[in-house]
Amino acid sequence: MSLAQDRAIDRSKLTVSDEVAIQITNMNKWYGEFHVLRDINLTVNRGERIVIAGPSGSGKSTMIRCINRLEEHQKGKIIVDGTELTSDLKNIDKIRSEVGMCFQHFNLFPHLTILENCTLAPMWVRKTPKREAEELAMHFLEKVKIPEQADKYPGMLSGGQQQRVAIARSLCMQPRIMLFDEPTSALDPEMIKEVLDTMIELAEEGMTMLCVTHEMGFARQVANRVIFMDQGQIVEQNEPEEFFNNPKSERTKLFLSQILGH
Amino acid sequence: MSTTKSLSYVRKEILEQQPAPRSQVGFTRWVRENLFSGWFNSILTLVSIFVIYKVAAAALPWLLGGVWDASSLEECRAVLNERFGNTHYACWAVITERWNQLLYGFYPDTEYWRANLAFFLMLASLAPVLFDKIPRKMLYLTMAFPFLLVWLVWGGTLWGVISVAAGFVLGGVAFKLVDRYGSMALSAIAAVVVAAIWWLFISPSVVDGLNAFLPFGHLQEVQSRDLGGFMICVIIGISGIALSLPIGIVLALGRQSDLFVVKTICVGFIEFIRGVPLITLLFTASLLLNYFLPPGTAFDLTLRVIIMVTLFSSAYMAEVIRGGLAALPKGQYEAADALGLDYWKAQRLVIMPQALKISIPGIVNTFIGLFKDTTLVMFIGIYDMLGLSNAIRANSAWNGIYWELFIFIGLVFWICCFAMSRYSQWLERKLRTDHR
Repeated sequence: MSLAQDRAIDRSKLTVSDEVAIQITNMNKWYGEFHVLRDINLTVNRGERIVIAGPSGSGKSTMIRCINRLEEHQKGKIIVDGTELTSDLKNIDKIRSEVGMCFQHFNLFPHLTILENCTLAPMWVRKTPKREAEELAMHFLEKVKIPEQADKYPGMLSGGQQQRVAIARSLCMQPRIMLFDEPTSALDPEMIKEVLDTMIELAEEGMTMLCVTHEMGFARQVANRVIFMDQGQIVEQNEPEEFFNNPKSERTKLFLSQILGH
Repeated sequence: MSTTKSLSYVRKEILEQQPAPRSQVGFTRWVRENLFSGWFNSILTLVSIFVIYKVAAAALPWLLGGVWDASSLEECRAVLNERFGNTHYACWAVITERWNQLLYGFYPDTEYWRANLAFFLMLASLAPVLFDKIPRKMLYLTMAFPFLLVWLVWGGTLWGVISVAAGFVLGGVAFKLVDRYGSMALSAIAAVVVAAIWWLFISPSVVDGLNAFLPFGHLQEVQSRDLGGFMICVIIGISGIALSLPIGIVLALGRQSDLFVVKTICVGFIEFIRGVPLITLLFTASLLLNYFLPPGTAFDLTLRVIIMVTLFSSAYMAEVIRGGLAALPKGQYEAADALGLDYWKAQRLVIMPQALKISIPGIVNTFIGLFKDTTLVMFIGIYDMLGLSNAIRANSAWNGIYWELFIFIGLVFWICCFAMSRYSQWLERKLRTDHR
């Protein structure tokens, strides 16, 4: 739980602006008959670091996947960077190129080298010339501290390295918002730290982040807001200090006692 | 304690390396492990050696002692009787004597150079597709080759094929122009309409005019019914292979489409074609198709057969590729989406390279099947090698010769198919990047 804590973080660097990055109003989603997301209301300001916690099946992943339309919502409104998500493909592509995403299983492209993984989207979506895209990719690979792996294939890297490449790949599109869907859940304890360190660095640079994770140490340290979800609803949200020390709802107390209690 | 004392041990000198026992290395070891590892295996080995010896003793003299120079079966037997006192030997002379016919069918013998040139051009234009070390500029030859093939094999002036090529270029231009303003589907439709207008209404008169005033690059015309032998197998086989892969990809994607109409058409097509024997389709191509076409349109028989063979194998291809698509984790689609790649870019850059790689064994399997199925055209009156073997026997000179022709034809197909198989294995090894 405390793996992220050995890296000192300067909280004064973490600032939140008044500008709205994401606005979700009355969002509902069903899988067939099953009501997965119920009346979600959430406003995210630029520079916020939000950690979303909750038991499995509570809809946390589904919620952040709605933000870049990997899942479609059936009711309500999602506005990302001033663009509303509708079935208009142009809007969807625009939002997707502004919003970066990291997955639990990294989802690197195994047939491409690390460098090619990073240059693919800039070259084909942003039409960046190859040289420039490669420079950009190397810049971000250095940032996640694995420039020396650029010519290898994803299968040759450790899980932690792969996840850092996945972060670099997203950053190459120079997104204004990053979504993390359980980025450390598939990693060994030693590798969790290297990924969390990278995420902390991003936070310090003012990236707007939404992060589904079970790393409560990370939440305490980096998040400015923790959201607790259960049964498709937002049950409680608060500043991390209050959230962990003084949870209001019974459901939150139970959850926290289960994940922190051992 | 004494136990502690006995555990303590220090080595004083390092042992030299020593050679392994004779029975543990090289050939001796291999024989011991694989052929004589126990009494049962030893018996099996001896029995197998005996069987191999018997088969070889029977077949090898027949194969190797054959006659290569004779003009009829009778003459051949006479030579054998004189040489061995019996005729239990092969009569390969039929192959040397009918060599040209087996290769070119009834193609006019003054024009063989055209077929040979087309064959070498084919190898040259396949090279950059098969091997990425070959300079990419060679791909221009690959693009021009289908038109060169038609011109070289069927003859006529160059204007005909140039006009067909111009249709593709015009379609491409229309696609680019519309693509700037409209959607993908709209530009595809525009391309097809423009090309069709050119081919059906404008091009015939243009070609006639040019032929009349400027007969450029005229070669003696050859009719489709004169094509045959190995040549027709290669023409149908290679065309079918080259066309069925892209059509198969489109069908496989269509089958997964969210659009109900597209999906229904693709599923219907695949299930219909897979449910019908190829020979039925070939009969349709040779007999029925002309009834449905507007009177006066001469639609070449070879072209009709190529279309049918292509449609047939593209249905199989679609299912093979669907298997590859199904094997890809959903995360790959999601990662491509999340990066902002649109559907076609995601397919081209992320999904297809992986799905096709997974499907290589199945794809090559379909290719090999298609290539061997080209022998079925003998049933609709095209003289491929198998059809020619019947025709050769129908001649009194070679009446009664079976084995030699069938062995030769089998060997030719085996070489082609084995080459495809080895290539696919090499390609699989080369593209293996995910493990290690």
